[in-house]
Amino acid sequence: MKVCIIAEALNHRLQPISFELLTRALALAPGDIGALVVSDGLSDSELHRLVAAGADVVLSYEGDFLGRFRPEPYAQALLAAVKELEPEILIGGATTTGRTWLPYAAMKMQTGLTADCTELAIEPDSGLLLQTRPAIGGNIMATIRTPHHRPQMATVRPHATPPSMEVAGREGVIRHIAAPSEWDNSALSLMQSTPLDERQELANAKRIVAVGRGIRKPEHLPMIRELASLLGAALGATREIVDRGWLPYSCQIGLSGRTVTPELYLGLGVSGAIQHLAGMQTAARIIAVNTDSEAQIFSLADLAIVGSLHDVVPKLIETVRRGGQL
Amino acid sequence: MRYAVLIKQVPDTRTVRMDEKTGTVVRDGSQAVINPLDLYALKAALSLKTEDAAANVTVISMGPAAAEKALREALALGADDALLICDRVAAGSDTMATSKILAAALRKFGPFDAIFTGERATDGDTGQVGPEIASALGVGLATYVGSVKTGQGGLEAERKTENDVEQWLVHLPAVISVTKAIGEVGLPTLAGKKAARRRPIPTVTVAELGLAAEEVGLNGSPTRVVKIFHPSIGRKGRRITVVDETTLQQATDAIAAMVKGGAQ
Repeated sequence: MKVCIIAEALNHRLQPISFELLTRALALAPGDIGALVVSDGLSDSELHRLVAAGADVVLSYEGDFLGRFRPEPYAQALLAAVKELEPEILIGGATTTGRTWLPYAAMKMQTGLTADCTELAIEPDSGLLLQTRPAIGGNIMATIRTPHHRPQMATVRPHATPPSMEVAGREGVIRHIAAPSEWDNSALSLMQSTPLDERQELANAKRIVAVGRGIRKPEHLPMIRELASLLGAALGATREIVDRGWLPYSCQIGLSGRTVTPELYLGLGVSGAIQHLAGMQTAARIIAVNTDSEAQIFSLADLAIVGSLHDVVPKLIETVRRGGQL
Repeated sequence: MRYAVLIKQVPDTRTVRMDEKTGTVVRDGSQAVINPLDLYALKAALSLKTEDAAANVTVISMGPAAAEKALREALALGADDALLICDRVAAGSDTMATSKILAAALRKFGPFDAIFTGERATDGDTGQVGPEIASALGVGLATYVGSVKTGQGGLEAERKTENDVEQWLVHLPAVISVTKAIGEVGLPTLAGKKAARRRPIPTVTVAELGLAAEEVGLNGSPTRVVKIFHPSIGRKGRRITVVDETTLQQATDAIAAMVKGGAQ
């Protein structure tokens, strides 16, 4: 098999990253795609979504003890799937799960793994996987190959591609495999888990209003919140704003925060450090307001407003109020 | 209890300069700092030490001789011992080769009950070395841990995922990678600084760790960097410069129109 993706499931549902990985796989090797999923049970109809979205073979390893990610049993399942499918390429999400599971398994298989890729491609002559990722705080991009070890492994940043659409009529093989109880061996015992409240609010938002240093004082945040609320947008921020403690880490966009792909990104007083741009450059439309006409973010913007957010925001709030809902 | 903390010396990414010709980082010693995320690992180990006076905290780094500075800084902050793995043959190691070397050092100078790492280094940005070490050593692994304390039969660790906050009992030995939520390590004390200056820091080579030269460095690395380039960014958009009330109105109308454009 050419490519195998590592789908993720939680509470008997596939997670969105699974379908983003299928978008990647379809670009690399359509018609030659396996999918691995580990869980405490997934229905046929749920698993069929992977087939409809492009997987040719789905291996579902199931066991009561696999409801939540733990490195040792999940690595066992991954090793079993690799033995079964012999994929040349194995890709997973750069999620908290993927970024733990894949390196743990890569060491067991003594193969290479490239973290947090933003682009994957097949090199025409060699057929090798070209894995491109940001490094040094996003100041450079590096393209990496794994010439001799198999599988070639990579984690892919979530929310950097749209999910693969489910197409009716696609066919594939689905196999439920009962995980042997010997796999239930881990240094971790769950004491308790609590769902996060703000979960994914930013990552899934269609519109985002982001603030940077240009806001000058935290006292100006209520005005920004008001605008965000009028636009039905989630509030985001640069690292500096979060480091100053003006907004929580869950708001941070960029390499050290979240990667977002909203339909609309409105940056207010955001200068556009590479660190931040790497997290939002895939937004469909980008509007930037900044007093510095040379601000880096303007090189990305569909609409560049050279001016102060302290003038623009109140006026915009007034415009939106007068003009009705946007 | 014996705790190990793995630290890496990195270029300060806030002030990092790039060589425009080669696309590589200009490295000069003055800009090197302890990877800021590793300080949270040190904090986690030092907090556990406050509960258990008999505990020992050993900081370990792999790097050039200049990395000794980072280890001295960690000693000044309260670590008890330090170890530097310094060997030219290790240069060019990818995460797997690096993890093999660190695992060998942890085996030779261990056993350690818990091994703390930062979430990732700010230069390589992979976050893979902690999990790979746990795998190589065959010990437990908890990642993205935001708080840790002594529990019944192990350490209690709070782990934050995209969906949940999880409480785990981590049976030892284990590798624990921590996040910013652990808290700041504080400043070195004068006594700490004095003691740190005098403390001998042993240096080991790859051969002394029982590894062959071909297992490490470029030869021991499955991955190869084939190209380095600057991120290309650029869209050609409309630009409005606000100079007066009229241009301000134009700007806000243009924003409103573009916001609306996506709603249809």
